[in-house]
Amino acid sequence: MSILHTALADDRVILAAEGSTSDNRVLTASLFGFVVLLTVGITFWASRNTKTAADYYAGGRSFSGMQNGFAIGGDYMSAASFLGISGAIALSGYDGFLYSIGFLVAWLVALLLIAELLRNSGRFTMADQLAYRMEQRPVRTAAATSTIVVSIFYLLAQMVGAGALVSLLLGISSEAAKNITIAAVGLLMVFYVVLGGMKGTTWVQIVKAVLLMFGTLLISVLVLAKFGFNLSDLLGTAAQESGQGKAFLEPGLKYGGSTTSKIDFISLGIALVLGTAGLPHILVRFYTVPTAKAARVSVLWAIGLIGTFYLMTLILGFGAAALVTGDQKQQIIDSGGNLASPLLAQAVGGGPGTTGGAILLALIAAVAFATILAVVAGLTLTSASSVAHDLYANVWKKGTASEKDEVKMARMAAFVIGGVAIALAIPGKNLNVAFLVALAFAVAASANLPALLFNLFWKRFNTRGAVWSIYGGLISSVGLVLFSPIVSGKGVDATGKNLSLLPENIDISWFPLENPGIVSIPLGFFLGWLGTVTTRSRVSEERFPELEVRSFTGAGAEK
Amino acid sequence: MAEKVSPEVQAEYARIHATPEFAALKAAYRKFVLPMTIAFMVWYLTYVLCSNYAGDFMGQQVFGNINVALLFGLLQFVTTFAIAYAYARYSLAKMDPISDELRAQFEREVD
Repeated sequence: MSILHTALADDRVILAAEGSTSDNRVLTASLFGFVVLLTVGITFWASRNTKTAADYYAGGRSFSGMQNGFAIGGDYMSAASFLGISGAIALSGYDGFLYSIGFLVAWLVALLLIAELLRNSGRFTMADQLAYRMEQRPVRTAAATSTIVVSIFYLLAQMVGAGALVSLLLGISSEAAKNITIAAVGLLMVFYVVLGGMKGTTWVQIVKAVLLMFGTLLISVLVLAKFGFNLSDLLGTAAQESGQGKAFLEPGLKYGGSTTSKIDFISLGIALVLGTAGLPHILVRFYTVPTAKAARVSVLWAIGLIGTFYLMTLILGFGAAALVTGDQKQQIIDSGGNLASPLLAQAVGGGPGTTGGAILLALIAAVAFATILAVVAGLTLTSASSVAHDLYANVWKKGTASEKDEVKMARMAAFVIGGVAIALAIPGKNLNVAFLVALAFAVAASANLPALLFNLFWKRFNTRGAVWSIYGGLISSVGLVLFSPIVSGKGVDATGKNLSLLPENIDISWFPLENPGIVSIPLGFFLGWLGTVTTRSRVSEERFPELEVRSFTGAGAEK
Repeated sequence: MAEKVSPEVQAEYARIHATPEFAALKAAYRKFVLPMTIAFMVWYLTYVLCSNYAGDFMGQQVFGNINVALLFGLLQFVTTFAIAYAYARYSLAKMDPISDELRAQFEREVD
């Protein structure tokens, strides 16, 4: 029911490759090759300037606010946003747009409540900021667990998506090709992260953001030009071509059904708006700039870029509904919407079989590929950093590890995480795992955000409160999904396809919603409160004024 | 154990925390962030609820094929940009001078 659930991982898709004659395939493949060469080159260049732990984890804190703003955009605008949202708009009209709004408004939480304060009071990971006034080992273990779980969920969704997407775009649908794609994406991301650290990853994200903005802007302008830059005409044609008429431009096509689906939508909306500011791979980006002011500037840039991008996905989505017809339209439907943008590019370039169409299709496909690479690199780096800095250096070695050992451990961790991600994504490639993106937002909002906010604004907050809120939010959000219709009990659709993850004869579901946020987010806050008031920590309360001075003024902040 | 900090640094943190400037900095932050956060959350939730439960209202056409739902959605973009811009202006004028001064004091004492 949600686009994130259907985005990218639909194995029903078999490309009846009209748009991918062998010439086009060569063109697409060479542009993919160009993206790979470019990013590999950047990584080699960045690796020469990566020496200290601060270089590896935080890019030497040397990026400007604007650069980091682009990198945040590159980290945040995933393939689910780019292909998923435009696809959802192309298929369900207005309802696809609802996602963009949650994804964007969420940045105000990050801007007003988190970015600057975190930059001033942390070092490399989310846990640093908690560990300032709490007991190191329990809070770091908890924060690292939730960081790794969120990042792996997000990573799996992207990698499985990459397998499906690349085979779609290159027009190969064999199992082996998907496996090779997943393994190749996995190896590339390990390469970026091991060698380039945060510097390499950041530059890959910046380049990707520029490519993505350029690509979507180009297609948007071409679409609008077809309608004489009259938005109303575009919408009218889209509504007419969709066969839904006026309803296509109103909310409700997708979520308007039962009371349950309405509550599910509210639950999703809350998780989207609160999740962003708790996503570990976003939080670590604030450490890559020299000051809190630069962190603020980077969020301002990010809001501008991401907002503009989502406005353009609106044009892409309605454009695809209006302009893509015939066999191509059927391909969009079969791909669950994911091919809407690439096929729209083909249509505005002159249509199937034309050179212009082939060039634009290949261009947008390469942009989508760059998008996936940049996002998976950021996720791998974030979880590797947390393993090395939180678990190895501070929990296991109790702060006695040398900087060199810590970075070595981070590189090893990146290998292991990459390996685990490949090993999970290959057998999972035919499952619809794209729901994991929505789940990652729900976990981030339920487990991470309460701990971060309480720590910054509540003096009494202590170790037990932090640990309870993190584990409580994590376990409840993941647990509720385990017993939701996503995992079992949804039955089969009209074509006999199983709609849940488990075989259709197993039904362990009792939680009616697919999005756990409406329960797990309040629970995370409640447990943080309950854990805190049932114990007292003198140190944590004494340290609070210090943390306040640090976070509000930047006195003693890492440089 | 919490993170280790030298007594000298701790004393300086305590001194800054007790200054009227620091109280003013926190007050300035709260004055903007608290009402604004409540406002944009309420505004966003109103939009989510309207999308769910106020279909007739959202479907009204305003001009051409542009309906209330689209305008309401676009307004969320406008308010997000506007709040971000307002915060940038506000923090530059009201908060940065105080935090810069306090940080400079800290660095003179400790570094």
